[in-house]
Amino acid sequence: MVNLAYFIPLFPLASFVFLIFYGKRLGPKSAKVAIGASLAALVTSLPFVIGTLRGAVFQSQFEWLRLGGAPLRFGILIDPLSAMMLFVVTVVGTLIIIYSVGYMHEDPGFSRFFAYLSLFMFSMLTLVLADNLVLLYISWELVGLCSYFLIGFWFEKDSAAQASKKAFITTRIGDVGFFLGILLLYFTTGSVRLVDLNPEFLGTFAGQSQILTLAALLIFCGAIGKSAQFPLHVWLPDAMEGPTPVSALIHAATMVAAGVYLVARSFGMLVTFPDALPVVASIGTFTAFLAAFIALTQTDIKRVLAYSTISQLGFMIAALGLKGYSAGTFHLMTHAFFKALLFLGAGSVIHGTGTQDLREMGGLWKKMPHTTWTFVIASLAIAGVPPFSGFWSKDEILVAAFNAGNPIFYYTLTVTATMTAFYMFRLVFLTFFGKPRKELHVHESPAVMTTPLWLLALGSAVMGLPGSPWMHHAFQTFIEPHAHGVEHTANPLVMQISVACGGGGILLAGLIYLLFPALAPFFGRILKPLYLASSRKFWFDELYQATVIRAWYGLGGLLNRFDQSVIDGAVNGTGLNTLRLSDLKNWVDIHIVDGLVNGVGAVIRGFSSVLRRLQTGLVQNYMFVLFAGVLLILFFELNQ
Amino acid sequence: MSHLLSWIVFSPLVAGLGILFVPKSKMDWVKWIATGVTGFGFFLGLLVWAQFNPLDTGVQLLEDHAWIPQIGVHYTLGLDGINFPMVILTLLLSFLACIGSFGIQEREKEYYFLYLLLTTGMLGTFLALDLFLFYIFWEVVLVPMYFLIGIWGGPRKEYAAIKFFLYTLAGSLFMLLGILALYFFEAPHTFNMLELGTRTYPLFFQQVIFLAFFFGFAIKVPVWPFHTWLPDAHVEAPTPISVLLAGVLLKMGTYGFFRVSYPILPEAAQWFRPAMAVLAVIGIVYGGFVALAQQDFKKMVAYSSVSHMGFVLLGLAAFTRDGFNGAMLQMFNHGVITGGLFLLVGVLYDRAHTRDLNVFGGLGARMSVYSGILIFFSLASLGLPGLSGFVSEFLCLLGTFPVYRTLTILSLTGIILAATYLLLMIQRVLLGPVNPKWEKLADIDRRELFTLVPLMIPILVVGIYPKLILHYLTPSLSALLTKLGVLIP
Repeated sequence: MVNLAYFIPLFPLASFVFLIFYGKRLGPKSAKVAIGASLAALVTSLPFVIGTLRGAVFQSQFEWLRLGGAPLRFGILIDPLSAMMLFVVTVVGTLIIIYSVGYMHEDPGFSRFFAYLSLFMFSMLTLVLADNLVLLYISWELVGLCSYFLIGFWFEKDSAAQASKKAFITTRIGDVGFFLGILLLYFTTGSVRLVDLNPEFLGTFAGQSQILTLAALLIFCGAIGKSAQFPLHVWLPDAMEGPTPVSALIHAATMVAAGVYLVARSFGMLVTFPDALPVVASIGTFTAFLAAFIALTQTDIKRVLAYSTISQLGFMIAALGLKGYSAGTFHLMTHAFFKALLFLGAGSVIHGTGTQDLREMGGLWKKMPHTTWTFVIASLAIAGVPPFSGFWSKDEILVAAFNAGNPIFYYTLTVTATMTAFYMFRLVFLTFFGKPRKELHVHESPAVMTTPLWLLALGSAVMGLPGSPWMHHAFQTFIEPHAHGVEHTANPLVMQISVACGGGGILLAGLIYLLFPALAPFFGRILKPLYLASSRKFWFDELYQATVIRAWYGLGGLLNRFDQSVIDGAVNGTGLNTLRLSDLKNWVDIHIVDGLVNGVGAVIRGFSSVLRRLQTGLVQNYMFVLFAGVLLILFFELNQ
Repeated sequence: MSHLLSWIVFSPLVAGLGILFVPKSKMDWVKWIATGVTGFGFFLGLLVWAQFNPLDTGVQLLEDHAWIPQIGVHYTLGLDGINFPMVILTLLLSFLACIGSFGIQEREKEYYFLYLLLTTGMLGTFLALDLFLFYIFWEVVLVPMYFLIGIWGGPRKEYAAIKFFLYTLAGSLFMLLGILALYFFEAPHTFNMLELGTRTYPLFFQQVIFLAFFFGFAIKVPVWPFHTWLPDAHVEAPTPISVLLAGVLLKMGTYGFFRVSYPILPEAAQWFRPAMAVLAVIGIVYGGFVALAQQDFKKMVAYSSVSHMGFVLLGLAAFTRDGFNGAMLQMFNHGVITGGLFLLVGVLYDRAHTRDLNVFGGLGARMSVYSGILIFFSLASLGLPGLSGFVSEFLCLLGTFPVYRTLTILSLTGIILAATYLLLMIQRVLLGPVNPKWEKLADIDRRELFTLVPLMIPILVVGIYPKLILHYLTPSLSALLTKLGVLIP
């Protein structure tokens, strides 16, 4: 039975391989292969999800390689948390793939698109099923790769090519931390298995709490990159260059939530070494606030949603950092539904109007009724209006923050919740209501797109109920079966404040964008510094460009020049000096060594040229000298 | 006694000599003879694979004959887990690069003769177990390489060829001194590596000899700062020669550490390893940054080799089982991946006649199969999990981490750098709007595909299930670690 679970990711993998080779020939039929594979994964995972609902846990392993003599086993783990993810990924994934058939029709890269989506489903399902951190890391990188491919899907556009590279490299910075965290954990505890990340096992390493706290924080770095938390959040808004179904699937519902999933997985570690918790909570809360603040003034429909995603992910991370395990995971699930719906709705708007600019839209509700009303349902869910799903999960988070002790978390998150309601309904009013601001040829999207919208709307409406007091907090007891001591009760005060904030935000948005449109520019003028900070995204891109990125490439150029002038210069210098030295030796050879030899010769020749004169070869001369000599001798002899 | 290894080493040479007698009118035969014999070599490699027993830590398929008995030189060939992957790699790459040579038009006879001589030299270096024989093969590699770059190379071929030749020759002279010192140190004088490995030497002597060998090997790897011959040689060398240069020749250096320096001079290796680790990390980071700044496609790949070979050195310096496994596997993987990347650069260069990264763009739309393959190799090179590069780098880092924590962390910069320079390359070549100049470039053809697809298979297989190959390396490497005194048997 357990081994059947290996097929869950294998169906989409088979679809990917098939489409890469035969996709072009299949043409429009490619979508059917991808949908079929995704459905097969959904159906196969159902018995496992149902099994975990009954309290079962599924595990299976095989040896992948040996590390220092000990085996490293890969395998599958299906417990409540992964079952929840499995459910979200297969259901939302399948709906989005179906929707894509309408959205991508007549795109020249149609089959390639579905091949990539299949590869993504494979990687994401492996990530969810992985039973240890190494396999999780591998699939973690693979989903990142799919994200890279899909952001750059329309790669002829420079901006898309740039955005895809930015996403890959930014997340990889976080991943290096994640990798290091795995190494630290492995060498300290000897285990990378997810089931070992519990207080009982880790408690035996209390002596190394500093190292393991560091490991927990490093693993969290991976989540910062993947879930686009501050300071690595800059890639996600640019990732909107990809086709909208991709934004819905990867950059809203599933992949970016993998960071939250990772933090939830390492929750046992965070609880055992609680020094890391405040860091997690602070980064989550700060990111939630920061992104919501930026979302207030964005004019591109997808960018508003992108910042909204960052903000909501911040909520989830904050919840986990505030020990709200069920709150964070619950919000992950509800968010997947309503945020996927929001993106698909935005996609439908873009498909129907041909623009992404909020300033050009308005009054679309008449011509796009399905899109409008499903979008409104999703907006009510994210704004936290009861009884829609987002209300229950966000309320859980606020309760966790309320109980956390430090009031700053609660206040910040409550203000952020108000801003959430405001920017979402600003978007709704500007897009669907009021008067049309520009002549657009609007048409409602086909049924293949609106059907998934309605199914997701259903999910957005009811997915919160299992976590509500009406169903006795069934979700919380499911996801945290061992947390016996925790009593899940609603906090009426927090609930009332939350409703008031959500309602207030919606009312304010209605006031400014529906009833008195002149108010918006007015506020923009009197709050100019705040407005600029928000609309320019706090200048993060400019800051990074001017510092880190510039330094990175600058160092490359610098070292390249160093390489050529100094290191290679030394090599060529050695060569050149050897040549010069041999020139010198050559000169010495010619002028001194050879000169000496020649000099000796010349001297001898000089002498001999003098002596040669004596050798005339004439016998008379010789006789004369002989005679003179004899005379001379005689003369000296006679004088003695 | 089986003569399989001699067949492997000398069949290319014999065929090469045969090529010299091919009549001018039948010039076509030349490349087919060369392809045939390298293909035959690869087939012999498969035979070896079938006979090789991975659990045996000793030398297998040994051939040992006295060659110059007056000075104790033997003709000794043998196979174990350390050279087995290198031999398979060499046989595979020399076969594929031979097919990749079909574009060579001028002086084919000489080209293929030198090519086959080079093949014999490389295989002999990896299989020789006698230091004298090892040295001869090591030098045999140099000569054909010099001519192959110097005659069939690019515009600055003379400069690059002579730089390569003199630089490596200088290194191997130190090595020769080391070999002679080992030979004369103790009676009975011998060149047998296995025999030398059983003796003990005083530490100072070991250190001096280690250093002498280090120069020979480090220049070949190349270890920073001895690397500058590499980019020049690569840029000027014809594509198939670049493939062999990066794929095989660089590994001769790191192989030397595994085969000669470590087993014969274990205490000196211990003494030098912190320095080696530091040089490794400098190479990883420095090579990555310099690769990032390159405008020439081939030069970028060349500098990426400096960075990736740094991981081999890092694993070597670790002295742990994971580190050694990682280093050995990284040698194999880097050969396959970088070999593929050089072939891909060649495919582009054959069509566009330029390698300037700035002039391309948007080829993804024109050459879709080419793009897919280029992306595949780039991802393998940047260490994407699921492909082979990840496994070996992972093992190197895992093996080094408990020993040199800070250095390991610094070397992680190399992983981010690899992503940066490779994705930047992909963006500049494949993405963005199409440059109208390249509107008509033809996609990759069948022959080129035939050279690339066989390289993709090991990348995938090792990436998904590394045990398949690690299984062959581990016993011999564990035996080496035992000899180094790190691992208690």
